[in-house]
Amino acid sequence: MEVVQSHRKSSSNNVTVSTLPLYRSAPPLEVRLEDFELFAMDRLRVLKGISDGLGRGKKPEEMEKLVADLWKANMRHPQANEEANKDIISHFVLRLVYCRTEELRKWFLSMETTLFRYRFRFESSEAQRALMSEFKLPYKAVSNAEFESVKDKLGQVARSMGQTLASDAIFYKVPFEEVPELVAGRRVFICKGHAYVAMNQVVSLVVTQFRSYLSKALILTNRKWTSTVREQEKDRLAPIVEALCTSYLGPDYSQPNEAGEISVKDIDHIAKTSFPLCMRHLFEKVREDHHLKHGGRMQLGLFLKGVGLKLDDALAFWKAEFAPKVSAERFDKEYAYNIRHNYGREGKRTDYTPYSCQKIISSTPGVGDHHGCPYRHFSEENLRAALVRMGVSSRAVEDVMDKVRNRHYQLACTLTFEAVHGSSCDAGINHPNQYFIDSQRILQPKNGSVA
Amino acid sequence: MTKEEAESGRDDMVIDGAEQANAVPDGFDANYLRIYYGKLFPHADMFKWMSYGNDGKHPACDRSYFGRREFSFTLENDIYIRFQSFNSVTELENSIKEKCPFKIDIGPVYSVDPAKRHAYAQGGDNVFTPVERELVFDIDITDYDDVRYCCTGADVCLECWPLMTIAIKVIDTALRDDFGFNHILWVYSGRRGVHCWVCDGKARRLTNEQRAAIADYFRVYKGNENSHKKISLPGPVLHPFLARSYTEVLKGFFEAKLLPNQNLLSCQERYEKILEMIPDASVASELRGRWQENKRASMSKDDINLVRWEQLKSVLQSGKQKTQGLRRCVEEVVFSFTYPRLDMEVSKHMNHLLKAPFCVHPKTGRVCVPIDPNNCDEFDPTTVPTLSQLLEELNRGGVREDAENELDGTSLGESVKFFRTSFLQPLLKSCKEEIERSYNAKLQQSKNTLSW
Repeated sequence: MEVVQSHRKSSSNNVTVSTLPLYRSAPPLEVRLEDFELFAMDRLRVLKGISDGLGRGKKPEEMEKLVADLWKANMRHPQANEEANKDIISHFVLRLVYCRTEELRKWFLSMETTLFRYRFRFESSEAQRALMSEFKLPYKAVSNAEFESVKDKLGQVARSMGQTLASDAIFYKVPFEEVPELVAGRRVFICKGHAYVAMNQVVSLVVTQFRSYLSKALILTNRKWTSTVREQEKDRLAPIVEALCTSYLGPDYSQPNEAGEISVKDIDHIAKTSFPLCMRHLFEKVREDHHLKHGGRMQLGLFLKGVGLKLDDALAFWKAEFAPKVSAERFDKEYAYNIRHNYGREGKRTDYTPYSCQKIISSTPGVGDHHGCPYRHFSEENLRAALVRMGVSSRAVEDVMDKVRNRHYQLACTLTFEAVHGSSCDAGINHPNQYFIDSQRILQPKNGSVA
Repeated sequence: MTKEEAESGRDDMVIDGAEQANAVPDGFDANYLRIYYGKLFPHADMFKWMSYGNDGKHPACDRSYFGRREFSFTLENDIYIRFQSFNSVTELENSIKEKCPFKIDIGPVYSVDPAKRHAYAQGGDNVFTPVERELVFDIDITDYDDVRYCCTGADVCLECWPLMTIAIKVIDTALRDDFGFNHILWVYSGRRGVHCWVCDGKARRLTNEQRAAIADYFRVYKGNENSHKKISLPGPVLHPFLARSYTEVLKGFFEAKLLPNQNLLSCQERYEKILEMIPDASVASELRGRWQENKRASMSKDDINLVRWEQLKSVLQSGKQKTQGLRRCVEEVVFSFTYPRLDMEVSKHMNHLLKAPFCVHPKTGRVCVPIDPNNCDEFDPTTVPTLSQLLEELNRGGVREDAENELDGTSLGESVKFFRTSFLQPLLKSCKEEIERSYNAKLQQSKNTLSW
């Protein structure tokens, strides 16, 4: 759209307002087919880098630097208007790539939103205000009188985050629904449904707008894709689009590889030899407690599905494990549905994919939960004990703990893999099912089949 | 992915073998339940509630609204039927009376009639999707097992029930004062917990992300038995919500009730749990030393728990302790033992099901009656009317001319009356206003477009 164009024009005149586009509509530009793919790959590298950073639990300051570096490395172009073009073209290409399933949309939405958030923070406050007005946010700054009346509370919130409240601070009063992340982190004072958002927090407001806009746009793109584009572009763009997401993000392990089928009796054995710690822990807990809470049932259940446990075997497995506490009828009534659901036999009939490391690392297990990533969620003491039980040597344990302290959870898991298998894992561990497959490959070099 | 979790009702997730053997003597059975649904269950009130004013005559009423709501029934033989929907109060009432469900769960309002979801599924594209749902909370006493010594599992007594009471106080106040909600219904879950339904229009329309934000706002627990820290209160001061909860509810309750009643510091096994939470080992061992010494030689007549608590506080909060972690530790202990423990997943997703109020819990026979948050201290789960008690009252009352009087004659009458006057009437009033408002806004809008 023209908004984008005018930005570029003004930036070349050096009265720059903002170089951050809102991607309102596809650019009326001609794109060469090579660029189509190359630009998309470059942007994907940025998004993938962001995804890894989030997976490692990087703090906002670290993310800020990471995003700046990624952008510089992949998206920079000597000519400003070329860079802006590349930005917009690559975004729209990836929209097409990532509009096609719920899972893809979610990932893209979350990475693009994170990218937008940090790019917004790099902008000058003048440019930020301009972007705010482009979103047509109707909020006005809180008046002096009102500010005085809630000053104590605002100060308390600021101090709870280790900050101080300036006497002339500017706050916006917005419905709490508009700033979910600030509400979730208790980073705003909320009174009668309104959140008091500080000037340095408005990024959250803008990001919410960006996110909801992009989310809707992705649904529309998907509709267009399935109704017309896919057919029209059958021989040209469609193959590129379909290859782009899998080539870069790796497999999703939703289908076990053809040889990989396991039965209930194998599980004990392969759990000891080939499960990553997160799954071993869940498996041991279900053995011990004859129960797992929902998060654990999902994480382990989908992993087992990816490993090759068929639906009937999965039902038999969970039923037997729960049996001391849960009668057969009760099991059928309360748990069987969920298991069938995971296999796409109930409800929306989506064939759910096993959780990736990133998803597991970013989960937040609560009281009584056993899912999550042990490298991230265990205390040091418990993690050490667990590693020793896996047979990791004390020297290797120190190496693992070192990675954990630097929040490289996947690297910690990779080191554990190498220590347990006495063999290197160059690709690193990105997915529990990849850990399993790599392990089996080492342990069963001949036929690759299990047990 | 977690959406189907609630379908079987959170209330029955943990299994207690002993309980089944030890059935309620006066029992719960389908015949009793049939009479209950026939004579006492407030079908019309439930319909009114779930219609949110859309059953009126106003041109802006959404006639399809109630019919898009999912109900699920659990039948006597454990058959579970989901995606029931009804187009009128008569349909709802007839179905309940005919099927006589042991449990009724309420789900979201969907984009289309859930009973016809398959017809829409052909189109692909997610047409069948939840569009409205009360913001709900589920608090279960079994999640407090590590901080209560009187009961475990599904059992609950008057010593530990107050944990639920203060959970109601903390959450209710925040929902009203912080989030600005007005139409909030608290319900006894029939055995060991409470449910909360926030029914304001803007609560029903929250997205999953916004629900999760509210749930996280309420969350102070981080980690579990695999990592030790249970409570984490970072920052030099508490957020106003936590500070208010602490000073107005938690602190007083902990010191006056929980500490002495649960004997939290009376013996080593118990006080070790609290000492563990002190990040400085030397401070912990100083206290341990003192407490081991004065085991027998307790001079004062004061409660030993309170004496020791004062000692702990004075050591941790004395001027000597410069580190913030130690000073904060007193608050962390209180939060650990008293702060509400929500089942987060229930609140975060629109399509979680929750048991309907006025159901009868099949294990206890008790009716899921509303709890008045303003008088929640007086609520006693052990005196909640049971199915058999209600039937006895019905029999004693003899034959009355109409159903209303029959209800009034039983101990359920008060509960239904409370439901109507304190919850339903104000709710419907504001629903009507909202419908009127949105209608006028639409009129205004169409006028504007016409003039243009």
